[in-house]
Amino acid sequence: MARQAPKERRCILKFEEVSLVFEQDQPILDRVSFEIWSGETRILLGAAGAGKTVMMKIALGLLRSTSGKVFVFGQDVTGFDERKWFEVRSYIGVLFQEGGLFDSLTVEENVAYPLLNQARFMAEGRKPTADSVRPDVQEALNFVELGTTMSKFPSELSGGMRRRVGIARGSVTDPELFLYDSPTAGLDPITANTIITLLIKDRELRNTTTTIITHRFQDGHLLANFRYNPESERLEKLPAGSPFLERTKFMVMKNGRLVFEGTEAELALSQDPYISKFSMHPATKVS
Amino acid sequence: MLAGRATANIVRRPFYAKDLILQMDAIGVGSLPITILIGFFSGVIMALQMSRALAQYGATGQVGQITAITLVRELGPVLTALLIAGRNASGIASELGSMKVSEQIDAMRALGTDPVKKLVTPRLLAMCVTLPLLTIIANFVGLIGGYMVAVPLLRLTTASQYWNNAWRSLEYNDIAQGLLKPFLFAIIIALVGCLYGMRTSGGTQGVGKATTQAVVVASVWIFIVTAVITRIFVNL
Repeated sequence: MARQAPKERRCILKFEEVSLVFEQDQPILDRVSFEIWSGETRILLGAAGAGKTVMMKIALGLLRSTSGKVFVFGQDVTGFDERKWFEVRSYIGVLFQEGGLFDSLTVEENVAYPLLNQARFMAEGRKPTADSVRPDVQEALNFVELGTTMSKFPSELSGGMRRRVGIARGSVTDPELFLYDSPTAGLDPITANTIITLLIKDRELRNTTTTIITHRFQDGHLLANFRYNPESERLEKLPAGSPFLERTKFMVMKNGRLVFEGTEAELALSQDPYISKFSMHPATKVS
Repeated sequence: MLAGRATANIVRRPFYAKDLILQMDAIGVGSLPITILIGFFSGVIMALQMSRALAQYGATGQVGQITAITLVRELGPVLTALLIAGRNASGIASELGSMKVSEQIDAMRALGTDPVKKLVTPRLLAMCVTLPLLTIIANFVGLIGGYMVAVPLLRLTTASQYWNNAWRSLEYNDIAQGLLKPFLFAIIIALVGCLYGMRTSGGTQGVGKATTQAVVVASVWIFIVTAVITRIFVNL
């Protein structure tokens, strides 16, 4: 299941002066520009209504920007129609805020869904069936420690379990880019930490470029400072000066504008009253 | 646009055969008992009403002819379509509407599948196949209902005269409009149900509103289209 690390770093997601305006209103997104390179992790912080989810939806082609350019996996997707987007999206994993699971399908059917329905898995006369994809589905569910819930329906699961099934469904296709929309929102701290541990595990074992929308600085702090040790199956703190520390960057959104982009250390040093609300005083940081 | 995309998707890969079969089962097999019941009683009522009117002209022997023509040309297609609109346009609109408000349609798009291809095309195809078949069954069962009233119950005519008149009265013109109408009604019901479902907004209240609108709009279009088709065939 683990993908080989790419030989060359490449730009996975790029926004170039991207704006979204709904008729005469204040811009939902205002000239946002950034680049995310392969293997990087981005933590997207911001108050509710700041434009974080809208940005994710534009990156997925679910919303169309009114100006600017969007590049995904190096190709300009700004003018792509829905059919072209389906191909692009099949290489992107997504976790919606509430999991976005299909409530009429079982956990197994939900996780198998992309494998059974995406055109790229049906190419060259292949016709995947529920039986043929079951090992992959089982592996993805084992990864999120829900291997025994195959026959359950989403309504029978807790909020945290639904998010984990959502992670399994997003990762079963081995995407190059994984977008998480508030994966810990509304969860207790223990479950939230379990979810973040899974994100770190997925990022490192599959070499996935990860973007996470969150309100919690703690989520970003864990992602920036910890790595997953497959031997002990636990998170461990990255040593000071580790190159991995530079691979996690924070972005802060305010009223549709990207007002900060930098490392955790730079975020902590910010004197801006809005930006500093998403930081934590160094003395109180989790270790 | 929805009609165009749903139709174009019929010939594009991937094909969702399982979804098509599921929808044919839900629409066709699921609607069969109620279609048979409504079809049967349509024939019964038609024969009962006609028995009195025809008796005034001493033409009770023509009850088979009148029942057949009325059922095949108009009542069978329209009643079956209204029934299916009430049962399935509402079902389609509420199912797709619930998926829309709970972001399942967005999730479907995000997972690289076309919701029009996955949700609309199978429903459109299934409706186009099953509604004409249901109409044929409703017509036939209606004729049996008419026969039960005309022959064993009221003894208006003999069995052979009833079936003979019913068979001979039907022309190609009648059969053509009797099959064309349910096909067009199927397109209306499926597309209206899907359109209102996929345009749903405003949470659970929006789902209820979309469901009601789908049934009302589909029913109105059924009457408009049957009037237009009848007008065309009357002149042929």
